[in-house]
Amino acid sequence: MDTSNLRPPALCAALLALAAGAQPLTSNALNPALSLILDARLASHSNDPAAYQLPGFQLGPEVGPGERGFALSEAELVVSANVDEWFYGTLVAAIAEDGGEGVIELEEAWLQTLALPSGFTVKAGKFFSRIGYLNEKHPHAWDFADAPVAYDAFFAGNLKDTGVQLRWVAPTDLYLELGLEALSGESFPAAGRDRGGKGSHTLFAKLGGDLGASHSWQLGASRVDARAVGRTIEVDDPAVEPEVAFSGDSRLWGFDFVWKWSPDGNYQARSLVFSAEWLQREESGDLEVRFPSASLPDAGAYAGEQDGLYAQAVYRWRPQWRVGLRYDRLSADNAVTGLSAPIGLADDAHAPTRTTLMVDYSHTEFSRIRLQLARDGSSPATDHQLVLQYVASLGAHGAHQY
Amino acid sequence: MASAPARLAIALALVAALPAQAALKVFACEPEWAALAVEVGGDLVSAYAATTGRQDVHQIQARPSLIAKLRSADLLVCTGAELEVGWLPMLLRQAANPRVQPGAAGYFEAASAVTMLELPTAVDRALGDIHPYGNPHLQTDPRNLIPVALALAKRMAALDGAHAADYARGAQRFEQRWRSQLARWAARAAPLAGQRFVAHHNSWPYLAAWLGIDVVGFLEPKPGIPPSSTHLAQLLDGLESQPVRGIVRSGYEDARPSEWLAQRTGARALLVPQTIGAVPAAKDLTSLYDAMLDSLLGALPPGGG
Repeated sequence: MDTSNLRPPALCAALLALAAGAQPLTSNALNPALSLILDARLASHSNDPAAYQLPGFQLGPEVGPGERGFALSEAELVVSANVDEWFYGTLVAAIAEDGGEGVIELEEAWLQTLALPSGFTVKAGKFFSRIGYLNEKHPHAWDFADAPVAYDAFFAGNLKDTGVQLRWVAPTDLYLELGLEALSGESFPAAGRDRGGKGSHTLFAKLGGDLGASHSWQLGASRVDARAVGRTIEVDDPAVEPEVAFSGDSRLWGFDFVWKWSPDGNYQARSLVFSAEWLQREESGDLEVRFPSASLPDAGAYAGEQDGLYAQAVYRWRPQWRVGLRYDRLSADNAVTGLSAPIGLADDAHAPTRTTLMVDYSHTEFSRIRLQLARDGSSPATDHQLVLQYVASLGAHGAHQY
Repeated sequence: MASAPARLAIALALVAALPAQAALKVFACEPEWAALAVEVGGDLVSAYAATTGRQDVHQIQARPSLIAKLRSADLLVCTGAELEVGWLPMLLRQAANPRVQPGAAGYFEAASAVTMLELPTAVDRALGDIHPYGNPHLQTDPRNLIPVALALAKRMAALDGAHAADYARGAQRFEQRWRSQLARWAARAAPLAGQRFVAHHNSWPYLAAWLGIDVVGFLEPKPGIPPSSTHLAQLLDGLESQPVRGIVRSGYEDARPSEWLAQRTGARALLVPQTIGAVPAAKDLTSLYDAMLDSLLGALPPGGG
């Protein structure tokens, strides 16, 4: 291997400058920190993933258990740097394949302040909302190969949108953070950029601390208010193939709890992490249903109340080995009135559940191989899933959040 | 109960409105820098150590408690050279404290004051979790503490000009005291010169430079990768022809690989404290280096080597 390109003159100069103590260190010498995440998998499903359903829930785009066989979930490119002493910027792009064609999706692109006084931070651009515990984490930082069912159901994976975030960290020894976000209202569960392109608002609070050197914890509460205008709904009914659109309000409360234990705080040696989130949502508004056979749309009213929770425990028993167990459960209570034919949205008799077991091995913190088994009772016909996955991160050494 | 949030808000407002305390609040990434900050600043500083001697500072969680502490700090004192790269950047972005951001007067790296060893000529992750800015474990040579203390005094003076003379005096007092300790340690350490050791992780080049010992191998096959049985067997083969006195590990490292190797060679498994609190005897800066020497000297046969 030719290693000469690994040490260009600029880097050498930077190293010499640093050796002489000429400048403080950031995670990169001169260029932005660049990292690439690769995530590939081999999956087996007893049910056809294309026919995935979550009865009682209006699913957002691209929600499902993934594909059978070999799949590259995505390659994620992360570029980040301090812009200057005032701002830090990040771009996260997901490069995926869609029907044989490469597509680039902008996951995040934002600027964050570094220099505001009194514990305030403003972030602006497209970003993962800071609600909940898992929402801000990217898939490579998850403890399982997929998101909790509740995240799929309520946020179509996770809540991300374009807008602005204000957060404040209290000047107390007990960690207290309060924040709010104003978002465009383009992304699920919102749709249609209502309220003049300011269609979603969120509020969040976080509280956390340590108990001795071996225990730490965090509690969070979140609120999402979203306006949906013409949100299209996938209704899997091959007999009639209706086009369904929902317009109305979506209001969500979320509560999360994380507790981490590791002897003397050596997380990498041995640790147990327990986390749980409970999400509760109310949606009400109008449905517009177009059947291919009918010339005029059918109009109805929709009111739904849904709950979702997951609880998981991940135990690292040796530095490179972890095992995890996760339980998901959802329930819905929906009412649809005024439609001439039922379209399944009020189908709330089945409470989706899923149990997931995973074991993973990380040779270094940059590579991870995972085997995951799941018994997915999202729909009445249980799907037995097996996923073999690797996640590798190349390049800059990204620091992970709690 | 409707007034509970209001009461909380009032309590928070009161906390925020408290007059700034006189003491310079130091957030130290490691216990040795918290202790050194107090040596230099005395009563003028209050120092918080973010990690303990029982923790691996390469691998710390960006915990809520650390964000809260960094939020209120006036001065951050860390080793630098990417030792804390896995967690400190996240803390800095979350803590929303402009006083301690890189480039600000309140951001201080000990690595900026000393000559770094083992600057790599090639940077590739296939070589393990290497540090592109040189080996960061610079506190294992007590001689490095003098330039760090002097630079720290200047930084404290920049932040708190009214007490500039006090900080300079504190650093001078420390230097004087430290030079007499260095002379005492040099005498104690004389039998160690030229002795051979192996170490769990490559944490000790500065210690080796100080004491003139040879660290000839590592239990980790590559930096940051836990010892494997294959690698230990290879190491054992090499040690049969070229024996070592001791097998050195830090306060947070697994004892089993060292002990496995110790049972199969004549070498002693040694817990050498890398910082304050790594062993009970390492209570402060002075006792830390005495405890290091106690441990290493314990590997030599009685009556000299």
